[in-house]
Amino acid sequence: MADQPTPLERFIQGILPENPVYRQLLGLCPTLAVTNSMKAAVTMAAAVAFVLLCANMVTSLIRNLLKPHLRIVVFTLTIATFVTIADRLLAAYMYQMSKTLGPYIPLIIVNCLIICRCEVCASKQPVFTAISDAAGQSLGYGLALASVAGVREILGTGMFFGFRVLPATWPDWAVMVLPPGAFITLGLLLGAVNWYSGRGAK
Amino acid sequence: MNYFIDIMLIAIGAALINNFIFYYFVGICPFIGVSRNVDMAFGMGCAVTFVMSIAAFVSWTITSLVLIPGAPISSYIGAFFMTAENAQKIDLTILSYIIYIFVIASSVQFVEMYVRKFFPSLYKSFGVFLPLITTNCAILFACLTIMSHVSGVENPADAWDLGRALSLAFFGGVGFTIAIVVMAGIREELDLCDIPKPFKGAAITLVVGGILAFAFMGFTGVNSGLRKALTFDEPAAQVEQDESAKDRGSQGRINEMPAELVAGEKVLKLNARTSVR
Repeated sequence: MADQPTPLERFIQGILPENPVYRQLLGLCPTLAVTNSMKAAVTMAAAVAFVLLCANMVTSLIRNLLKPHLRIVVFTLTIATFVTIADRLLAAYMYQMSKTLGPYIPLIIVNCLIICRCEVCASKQPVFTAISDAAGQSLGYGLALASVAGVREILGTGMFFGFRVLPATWPDWAVMVLPPGAFITLGLLLGAVNWYSGRGAK
Repeated sequence: MNYFIDIMLIAIGAALINNFIFYYFVGICPFIGVSRNVDMAFGMGCAVTFVMSIAAFVSWTITSLVLIPGAPISSYIGAFFMTAENAQKIDLTILSYIIYIFVIASSVQFVEMYVRKFFPSLYKSFGVFLPLITTNCAILFACLTIMSHVSGVENPADAWDLGRALSLAFFGGVGFTIAIVVMAGIREELDLCDIPKPFKGAAITLVVGGILAFAFMGFTGVNSGLRKALTFDEPAAQVEQDESAKDRGSQGRINEMPAELVAGEKVLKLNARTSVR
């Protein structure tokens, strides 16, 4: 098992080298949908982190009981349980934000990122490795969401987390908070990250 | 007649105006991953439409008959254990997500078995993408939309019946197919262009998708215009009022855009008023 990454390596890998959005292209639906404002993006990242950590932990604990044919169904049902918990917690304690995020919280269930981490890492590794992998991936996911949301919110409304950062004379680029802006922002940022990663490889 | 108009408006809404990919951002993963050539994209779109319709049918049935408070089956069974009045209040909607994902996984499994038996060449060309339809956000999103119109309405008379639910699911799938086939056609041409290396693949697809989203934004407001044109028995002033309220972005509970998106449209209107043209 010497070629398997250590837990610390997995944690660091998840942040940029194997960033879920920019390198693996997983979990793009929430990245485009909730990144109108930083607050929504950070809340979504926190929800995904909660679900990913809990699902990885549970999957790792039951990894020896999984039958090969049924494992995806078992992962999905576990994730659905934790997403229900997260959704109800959010609706109870942050009702306005829950309304803003709308249907995208339950859509965490089919977020490819979580199923992929369960399949690739948690179902084969002990608990601590799975937890550090989940922590790294969710940190990377949060960074990705925050980067897109930062660009969209600053250019689209001149605010950052609700605080005005651009002068009031800034003509808000309304397209940034609408669907086309989401696609174009993510596309350009993805190109930038590809360029940066490709530079080192030459 | 009103029912038919309603169905048609839901259909046009799901397919074009509130397109699943360009408005709600669900189904992006196959949009980027599968849209390389038109035939495969069309096959994927048809498969997703098929699975979406089946999953919507089953999930609407389960939601209406078992999950919502006052549902026939749950109150019937509950009446054995408690008073009939209390049994009417049994609310199982907390189980919705788990049941929906189970329904979707089973639907995909059945479709996979069906395709493998009757269309083996199609099955081989799909490869790993057919089981991946389970994780397609669009199908779960369709089920959630239906749930919000069945269990989330205040007035039980407004709850969607099976026809509306199937209309949303089927035409949502049609809209998905339209989007993915258009993207595939563009990508086939894009393969011949000289794209900078960092942008090859997903990045240029997203940028082109953004331009397509611009195009689909042109459909905004078609729904309320059609409704105004086709509804004969409302007095004109009432319809005018209703439609301007609808235009503000709240056509139904889950069709309501998130608050920030509505703010974006307000910014648009504000800019249009204050800019000097």
